[in-house]
Amino acid sequence: MADSRVRTATTPPLLEPSAWHEIELEVNGEIVGAQVESRLLLVDFLRHRLGLTGTHVGCEQGSCGACTIIIDGQASRSCLAFAVQADGASIRTVEGLAPSGAPLNRLQEAFHTEHGLQCGFCTPGFLMSLTALEESGEVGKESIEEHLDGNLCRCTGYVNIKKAAHKALLGTSEEAAR
Amino acid sequence: MSHDAAIGEGILGRSVPRVEDDRLLRGEGRFVDDLQIPGALEVAFLRSPVAHARITSVDIAAALALPGVVAVYDGASVADRVEPLLNSEELRVPEGIRANIDPIVRIQPSPLLAVDEVNYVGQPVAMVVAESRYLAEDALELIDVEYDALSAVLDPEQALVDGSPLVLSDAEDNIGVHIEHGTGDVERAFAEAAVVVEDTFVSQRYVASPMECRGIVATHDPFSNQLTVWSNTQTPHRVRNHLASAIGLDPEAVRVISVDVGGGFGQKGILVVEELLVPLAAHDLGRPVRWLEDRNENLMAGTHAREQVHHIAIAADAEGRILGVRDRMIVNLGCRNMVGLVVPYNSLCHLVGPYRVPNLRITATGALTNTMCTAPYRGAGRPETVFAMERVMDRLADELDLDPWELRRRNVITPAEMPYRTGILDRRGLPQEYDSGDYPEMLDRIHKMIDLDGFRKRQQQARSEGRYLGLGLAMYLEATGLGPFEGAKVTVLPSGRIRISTGAPSQGQGHRTTFAQIAAESLGVPFEDVELVAGDTRDIPFGVGTIASRALVTAGNAILQAATLVRERILATAADMLELDPEDLELLGGVVRPKGVPGHELELADIMRALPVTPRGSGRDSLSETSYFQPPNYATSSGLHAVLVEVDPDTGRIEIDDYVVVHEAGRIVNPQVADAQIVGGTAQGLGGALFEHLQYDASGQPVTTTFMDYVLPTAGSMPDVRLDEVVCPSPTNALGVKGLGEGGAVGPPAAIANAVEDALRPFGVVVHACPLTPNRVRDLVRATQL
Repeated sequence: MADSRVRTATTPPLLEPSAWHEIELEVNGEIVGAQVESRLLLVDFLRHRLGLTGTHVGCEQGSCGACTIIIDGQASRSCLAFAVQADGASIRTVEGLAPSGAPLNRLQEAFHTEHGLQCGFCTPGFLMSLTALEESGEVGKESIEEHLDGNLCRCTGYVNIKKAAHKALLGTSEEAAR
Repeated sequence: MSHDAAIGEGILGRSVPRVEDDRLLRGEGRFVDDLQIPGALEVAFLRSPVAHARITSVDIAAALALPGVVAVYDGASVADRVEPLLNSEELRVPEGIRANIDPIVRIQPSPLLAVDEVNYVGQPVAMVVAESRYLAEDALELIDVEYDALSAVLDPEQALVDGSPLVLSDAEDNIGVHIEHGTGDVERAFAEAAVVVEDTFVSQRYVASPMECRGIVATHDPFSNQLTVWSNTQTPHRVRNHLASAIGLDPEAVRVISVDVGGGFGQKGILVVEELLVPLAAHDLGRPVRWLEDRNENLMAGTHAREQVHHIAIAADAEGRILGVRDRMIVNLGCRNMVGLVVPYNSLCHLVGPYRVPNLRITATGALTNTMCTAPYRGAGRPETVFAMERVMDRLADELDLDPWELRRRNVITPAEMPYRTGILDRRGLPQEYDSGDYPEMLDRIHKMIDLDGFRKRQQQARSEGRYLGLGLAMYLEATGLGPFEGAKVTVLPSGRIRISTGAPSQGQGHRTTFAQIAAESLGVPFEDVELVAGDTRDIPFGVGTIASRALVTAGNAILQAATLVRERILATAADMLELDPEDLELLGGVVRPKGVPGHELELADIMRALPVTPRGSGRDSLSETSYFQPPNYATSSGLHAVLVEVDPDTGRIEIDDYVVVHEAGRIVNPQVADAQIVGGTAQGLGGALFEHLQYDASGQPVTTTFMDYVLPTAGSMPDVRLDEVVCPSPTNALGVKGLGEGGAVGPPAAIANAVEDALRPFGVVVHACPLTPNRVRDLVRATQL
């Protein structure tokens, strides 16, 4: 009987014409072992092999931030990394923020109450960027602005995202500073 | 901010937090690419690398031979099977317009894949279907296409000149649309005017850029002979109808489901060739097929928007009262006319906005060029036309030495004049009539909110210190709630919960919440008991979709109608069960009870159980009604943007010191959601004002095909927008609502340009175009110093 914490990635039906690698990494607290091709992007590995579709692909150039995850404590673009590079890493995705069925965490809750999302496509990226900031212990008005600038949102005009970030990270519902 | 307390008792009018948020915040959204469909094949398109060329040969043999490739389609292999694409609903010319204006509307259907000619960079030439996108992209490299270059034309005015290269080699000229329309006697107005201002204002090409690119998954089930399509379309019923007729299936054999959509803004509102090709492949191959557009494709070959040139003239008397407006507008349609009259006519009939203009003459010409097609994007012709009108208003104010605010105050239509007829025909070909609005009140609010008098003093003071402050205003109105109809089915489920089904899906607007608010209020059930299925063609037979600021007006009122009928049936059924008169019953909080008699209650689930055996229920086994709302007229919403800026003439930097929007959109269903729509739209408008420009080089290569080159606003570039609202419930519908989804995007280019020009008045700068990047601002200042 396999360890219930070990998740086995689905292997695609067809070998792609590039080298294969065995990798093992931690994803949201689970140990994952998988075979991946050299060129498989980390974001595609998470989405298509592990079924963790909360991390979104917005630009594939590192510009938009929709695919932001936390790799070994750092906010990172999963569209700019290959899965093979994540061998041995500890990864967190939006699915790891609040266990299914459990209440939303403080940051997610603030996005909800401040209406900090509309279509919700960019939202996981914002949540992961801000989570990494929170855990870095360097939360401040300026660092929040700086982190928010790395993620694009096309719906909200950012005003409510700023409010949500300030509320959750600074404990204030003050309007974001201009 | 103030929201009128007199309207919307109960759940309607309250800022209920959105029901859709929880899943999205947990990463449990279901966008097209999140659907896990076993065995799905993936598609990649080979696209034209040149703006205009004859295709002399296409060789797909090597691509087909690549392991993992399942099929390769080229132009020849689909041309004899599927008609070229026409967005047929949009191309209809309404009878009133045909009879009175007789415009030229030429339609150029799009081949699904290029056959013997390509007409823009990015045009699909071949489609590879493979076991993965990685393999499909590998195969693109193996397709050999030979092109024989032809002359290309990119500039829309150039395209209209005799002897210009033809965009489509078999066309007679490059005209897609030509409209001439107006009212009054413009020549006389200009002859009698004390002052005339004439200038050219240009709206650059920019794009919707939803964070989620376009996507579609299709699968054909041989058991039910059903083609099921999950698409991030804004118009699922249109996709179903087009698809069925293109592939040769009955409409009911095609089911289109709109899942979570990562923003649409109009780009996902019209049918594109990819949306026909992917289901065609699924139907052919008997396997699920998926296409997810990447960002490069989206910027290059997702529909573009906005590009217009306006040669506009305004005539006024010595007091600044407008006597007449003349405008010759050129709309760059791209290589084909995708949506007929829509954008040029929208621009035409929104040009003069809230102002009283007795004499008006507009010509609108849609020119074909060897660029990607342009199509509606949030505002669909309004930001462009408002840019021209509001810029020429400020030029007029300058000429008359009037404050731009005062000039507007003298010319806006007053509430006493409502409903107001402009003298021209609206997009349906009926006399254009503004239903309601209070433009003077909006101006008064803005005056106070920005402290206009105080600002003018500060501006003078700053100038003496070598700092340049400016104020920009932009007013607009919007014909919202476009018909012809939208429907809603309201059903009591066996559990007693309520399900609403409608053809208007959400792309982030929050329909799950706002539509439930309408149903809960009109039925008398708890909000939590209402769920929504929006955009599943199997759930409701007819629909139009979520475009053109129409969903709340059309679907909202259809929900109200259907819910009212269901409520009557619930009460009638309960009356049979209780042997009472329906008049003596009330439905409140989800339970039916005799009025004023507590304790004697029927829950909806009880009624559902009893329904088949009650006298009225027998023979009808459900409490469900479908209703279609056909708006009798547009619901006219409006807005006024005011922006205070400081401009550094040396660096070209524009600092936004204050941004205020007063909007009017009738009765508000959910203030938090409504405000967020305004702010979100404003951000997109600011993008167009300051950053965004989809550019081509001289050979027709798009050069802004990544988010490194095509610059979107970020959190740091967005001011805190201060909002206020005026409420004039629309008399055109029972809810009194108006659309507001697009409005925010309309004001910013004009407001920012006006503000920058006001700031740089000491230099004599005239702003003719956006985006006002630092380079462009510096160039404007330098040009005055030469």
